[in-house]
Amino acid sequence: MRYLPLTNADRQAMLANIGAADIDALFVDVPDAARRDGTVDLPRHQGEMQVERQLSAMAGKNMTASTVPFFCGAGAYKHHVPATVDHIIQRSEFLTSYTPYQPEITQGTLQYLFEFQTQVSELTGMPVANASMYDGSTATAEAVLMAHRVTRKSRAVLSGRLHPHYTAVIENLSEMGGFALAQPDMAPQGAEDLLALIDDDTSCVVVQNPDFFGNVTDFTTLAAAVQAKGCLLIVAVPEVVSLGLLKRPGDMGADIVTGEGQSIGGGLNFGGPYVGLFAARDKYIRQMPGRLCGETVDADGQRGFVLTLSTREQHIRRDKATSNICTNSGLCSLAFTAHMTLLGGKGMRQLAELNHARAVQLADALGAVKGVEVLTPAFFNEFSVKLPANAAQIVDALADKGVLGGVPVSRLAPHAGLDDVLVVAATEANTENDVAAFAAALTEVLS
Amino acid sequence: MSEKQTFTGNRGLQLEEALIFEIGSFENCGVDLEDVPQVESRLGDCAAQGDIDLPGLSEPEAMRHFVRLSQKNHAIDAGLYPLGSCTMKHNPRLNEKMARLPGFADIHPLQPQSTVQGALELMDSLAHWLKTLTGMPEVALSPKAGAHGELCGMMAIRAAIEAKGELAARTRVLVPESAHGTNPATAALLGFKVDGIPADASGRVDLAAFKEKLGDDVAAIMLTNPNTCGLFERDIIEIADALHEAGGYFYCDGANFNAIVGRVRPGDLGVDAMHINLHKTFSTPHGGGGPGSGPTVLSERLAPFAPLPYVEKGEDGLRLVENNGDAAHNPFGRMVAFHGQMGMYVRALSYMMSHGADGLRQVAEDAVLNANYILASLKDVMSAPFEGPCMHEALFDDGWMKDTGIDTLDFAKAMIDEGYHPMTMYFPLVVHGAMLIEPTETESKAALDLFIATMRDLVRGAKEGEVERFKNAPELAPRRRLDETLAARSPVLRWQSPEAKQAAE
Amino acid sequence: MSKKFTKDHEWISLEGDVATVGITDYAQAQLGDVVFVEVPEAGRQVAKGDDAAVVESVKAASEVYAPVSGEVVEGNDALEGNPALVNEDADDSGWFFKMKLADQGELDGLMDEAAYTAYVKELD
Repeated sequence: MRYLPLTNADRQAMLANIGAADIDALFVDVPDAARRDGTVDLPRHQGEMQVERQLSAMAGKNMTASTVPFFCGAGAYKHHVPATVDHIIQRSEFLTSYTPYQPEITQGTLQYLFEFQTQVSELTGMPVANASMYDGSTATAEAVLMAHRVTRKSRAVLSGRLHPHYTAVIENLSEMGGFALAQPDMAPQGAEDLLALIDDDTSCVVVQNPDFFGNVTDFTTLAAAVQAKGCLLIVAVPEVVSLGLLKRPGDMGADIVTGEGQSIGGGLNFGGPYVGLFAARDKYIRQMPGRLCGETVDADGQRGFVLTLSTREQHIRRDKATSNICTNSGLCSLAFTAHMTLLGGKGMRQLAELNHARAVQLADALGAVKGVEVLTPAFFNEFSVKLPANAAQIVDALADKGVLGGVPVSRLAPHAGLDDVLVVAATEANTENDVAAFAAALTEVLS
Repeated sequence: MSEKQTFTGNRGLQLEEALIFEIGSFENCGVDLEDVPQVESRLGDCAAQGDIDLPGLSEPEAMRHFVRLSQKNHAIDAGLYPLGSCTMKHNPRLNEKMARLPGFADIHPLQPQSTVQGALELMDSLAHWLKTLTGMPEVALSPKAGAHGELCGMMAIRAAIEAKGELAARTRVLVPESAHGTNPATAALLGFKVDGIPADASGRVDLAAFKEKLGDDVAAIMLTNPNTCGLFERDIIEIADALHEAGGYFYCDGANFNAIVGRVRPGDLGVDAMHINLHKTFSTPHGGGGPGSGPTVLSERLAPFAPLPYVEKGEDGLRLVENNGDAAHNPFGRMVAFHGQMGMYVRALSYMMSHGADGLRQVAEDAVLNANYILASLKDVMSAPFEGPCMHEALFDDGWMKDTGIDTLDFAKAMIDEGYHPMTMYFPLVVHGAMLIEPTETESKAALDLFIATMRDLVRGAKEGEVERFKNAPELAPRRRLDETLAARSPVLRWQSPEAKQAAE
Repeated sequence: MSKKFTKDHEWISLEGDVATVGITDYAQAQLGDVVFVEVPEAGRQVAKGDDAAVVESVKAASEVYAPVSGEVVEGNDALEGNPALVNEDADDSGWFFKMKLADQGELDGLMDEAAYTAYVKELD
């Protein structure tokens, strides 16, 4: 077996050295009732070629984003990732190292985490960011728990335009943890009176920008009003590229900013692994979940980096930890940092402008299709349209024509009564031909 | 060893590297982007004011920056990485290649299910392998990492207790004192009261103490098996039976499943829920701290509560059930957006198919053999707190260091100078100055022999008073010991320009 | 009065009706370099055994329990900017908080210096 270096002669010699008659002697503590002599009922080992053949066959059954006009978003976005990024994350020293608990021999990981934290801090406009969470949805749920800790209250108000999966994750954790929620009904546009839902036990208000339907909103006024009521404002950003062109949540006055970093450095990967971003105000550092990397010096006075403030974490604080999180998204944060380093602030701005321009073109093209109404007045690279028929069926019909034409709201929120609403996204990966092909296919399907 | 000072601070191939903020410039960009078409902005009142204050690097500069950083890391590919409980085994590159097939890497989680049947097939195959290997009827694939899988298992338990109307009564979760910190943190997150169970003299759960703690207010036990001392819990079936009789549920932390995969099925031990770290047992890379993946297998009693989403066989192919209401059973909710760590599923399945049922059994046997070889080869000079064979990791304490003037940390740092990553230290907490060594099955006998010889020489040095070899270590790594007190007392968590720093003062 | 001690390594020293509470020199040495201290706000009511403060070193975090019941009248703000005071002077300027006692009789249950010294000796 190609992954196992021991030979049978090695095994015999080692058993003799240990003083064990056979390998079974080392499993002596396993109760008789649980011992299995034969192998389990699964195929035997196979060579690379055989495995590759079978997995390639599975992969071949899927319609890939790069091969068709593609407009799905809703929390996962198709962007171009420079070839350099994938090379960097496949460096052995990054790919096959562990959490940097021995800082003297993991400065590579630690330094890029410090760079990552700085980039996230700068993009969100927040003073501190952690070294990443699992993804945007879990980061947002953790932010709610953090707000409860900070304010010692136990109820959260969620925007009705929060990504339905984010809402579901928060709902689940809240129900299990004994916390309350309030949320208005989901509507593609129009004002939401979130302030009216705040009561004495409310710790935070959670909004999303751009929201699930694509609306972009300046939350500056809301932030001040929420804080005046003793609550924190949490802003979730599921499309991080938007920060290249939109006012930063930190500048709006947010207390905690969470985000999905997949768009920078990450592929679609059918939903994971992604990378959660988490940033907050300085004064809340000790209530933050997840790992933090900090600057220090070594015994010779040279600058170096370490994981720090770890007394917040489960391996020290155990049942009093700020979160049960242990593993983060290390390698995805490296991909993020490498891609962001290639872009720089200037490239990030241009990338965002390209996304916005393509989305504007798409909105104009779809809006011109008979029976289609664009619902989102102000947006970044994603917006909603109202269709004259069931959106899920239209998406299926489009797929039959080789166009992946967005995400029907009913896929995520089947009971919202928005069966005719479709969320579509355009990015720099779309060409003008893609836009034209989408509009043409939609016209055909609707006629 | 040369003490030569250099102008650059570099030492031959060991190169110093500044932060991107110190070498990049705002004008630079390593990506050629298209010109932006002229359109009328629809950003409303939300357009950014001012530039994004981040530097860019050209492609060659960026490549050099990250390659230089990489050279400051220890890695499995470069050398033995004996971190106990972390399972730093070889990461096959076939897995990486498979995960990058566009059919897996370039598909959107919400595109029509008819266009991703191959992806659902992969998830279904992975589920089949995991269920068969563990002897459990159901698996929740979506948890993002081990701790998230623990949360999943404990949520399923909580949902089952609630369904029986016993939530108010069952408030206590029993957790052995040797448990990983995520266990008590997870229980506390769900509002349970954590109650510690002591270990007995053999390093296992004290059965009598455990039985004494049982009662109708016990929700569950969270037990790691093999446990964090690297030992199989001999009484595990008796523990499960007693717990079930008292109406509690058995959560098994599967962090150490790699020791028994293919030989023992947790389903035969009375386990109700167990997470599996794909990045340990099934070789997906640790990546410097993630991403992980923590599928959680569930017993018959918990299967109805498995979270969304899950794959089921429908009339025209496989179907992903994503919402409540269209489910035949009673999911406790959703743990994550989308469907979990697809990229990790592909890698793990690629590994399982490569090894097959026979190879996986050999994996467990070789992992246990390698650990016992280390235990047997070092226990005459280092002190082992427990008698008998270990499973996949060998545990030592600092008893043998008494009067040497060095401690576990010093010993670990001296290993760095010898080219090794240290073992896990000061964990589990039940052993003083613990040193937990897990070689994994992917080390050759020659590699183990050199490691053992090195360890024996270090022990000899410690006992013969070579204090400086330890107290000053590491001396040959990219950095000497770092001042963690300074880092924690005045946290600097992001780079600031010299001007900004000055302004802040 | 002379200091009294708890098994959790806190000291308490009464002057008039206000007592000062800190952790012992033994405790600070066990913790190592203290990097953060959270002290209670004035006005907080604490019962004997309640979590009253938090002390953190690089590798450990520990609750400081109220040795007796009463009302906190002052937290040691100096520790916020200079947690190292706990290491340098645990017995005096590194105090954590001052409290007004609800029942001075509770002090009788605590150890005196000789008893605490013997207690610590047993731990080593």
